Amino acid sequence: MPAPDRSLDARPARPPRTSPWMGVAAILVLAATQAYSISTSPAEGDMGHLQKIMYVHVPAAWMTFLAFFVVLVFSVKYLWKGREDDDLVAASAAEVGATLNGLTLVLGMIWGRPAWGVWWVWDARLTSTLVLFLIFAGYLALRAFVDDEQQRARWSAAVGAIGAINVPIVYMSVKWWRTLHQPPSSPATLDPAYTMGLRINAFALLFVMIFFIRKRYEIARLERAAEHAAEAAALGAP
Amino acid sequence: MKRNRVIAALVVMAGVFGWLLFGGLEKNVVFFLTPKELLAKGTDGVGVAVRLGGQVKPGSVQWDAKTLDLRFTVTDGAREMAVRSTGAPPQMFRDGMGVIVEGRVGAGGVFEATNLMVKHSNEYRAPKPGEEAHEKYKTLIKQTGP
Repeated sequence: MPAPDRSLDARPARPPRTSPWMGVAAILVLAATQAYSISTSPAEGDMGHLQKIMYVHVPAAWMTFLAFFVVLVFSVKYLWKGREDDDLVAASAAEVGATLNGLTLVLGMIWGRPAWGVWWVWDARLTSTLVLFLIFAGYLALRAFVDDEQQRARWSAAVGAIGAINVPIVYMSVKWWRTLHQPPSSPATLDPAYTMGLRINAFALLFVMIFFIRKRYEIARLERAAEHAAEAAALGAP
Repeated sequence: MKRNRVIAALVVMAGVFGWLLFGGLEKNVVFFLTPKELLAKGTDGVGVAVRLGGQVKPGSVQWDAKTLDLRFTVTDGAREMAVRSTGAPPQMFRDGMGVIVEGRVGAGGVFEATNLMVKHSNEYRAPKPGEEAHEKYKTLIKQTGP
């Protein structure tokens, strides 16, 4: 009688499952906050309705920072404890973060063309934000190239932890250097009519981001379990 | 094989990062000069490609809709510089707005702009009751047409 297999039994039989309804709810909340802020906020004095791009561009930038912070925390945790799950959380946050970073850049360009007159300039803010996107992309490319799980986890954790240095650089770029991009707005420089819309959309996008990171992590867990099972089968259980 | 690809990817990443940081960005860390800084360069500032930034001096805008000739003065509060540009300005261009122009200072001391960008502040204000949001460049063209 062969003993039942060992390696897989250490993992929970049923990995946590985020309900798809959480995703539906997150998207609905985001749609509602968008509709609310677009319909209630008045045309801005200088740029008219162009200002409304703010309701996605700015929260997307904030969530990009937050996603990279998750990558940082779980990369450091992986390097410290070596738990496979931490590597998978970091990778999931990096995928979602890269998407939000891309969204920030694209919306910024669409905003810049009519407001500034140019799609793109190589000022410190735009350049450092592009570099952040390239770090995300490099992190994900590295994962795709390395076959060995432990090596991939270790190398990407190093890139994730070191690459996070760029997040404060992006944020501070408009304060440290002279740029075309304006410095951050605050409730003091923003009419209350716009502040509320910005805040609720940030929360809505946070909700969406949490859903996608969780979902991606769960999928990564399932993929990993399938790989382990395939390996075990290939090695031929006695 | 795989290892070579990883190394190649890392080298490319480092190269791009380095180029952006030390090639692209270094030149642009000071993205523009103010009129005071550009004038302080004296003759060194004449004829070289440079970006000039500041505020459009209120009342200085002259726009010829037929020839698309646009003249205005850029000020930093201390010094100012006359700018000549051609083509329709961006939508938000108007008196008192922040601008960055790319070009070079001509022999006559006038800044010949090849590119005009509007620099917005971090303030977002709804128009006060009774005030219309500006749709700037349309009104600019209408008001100063022939």
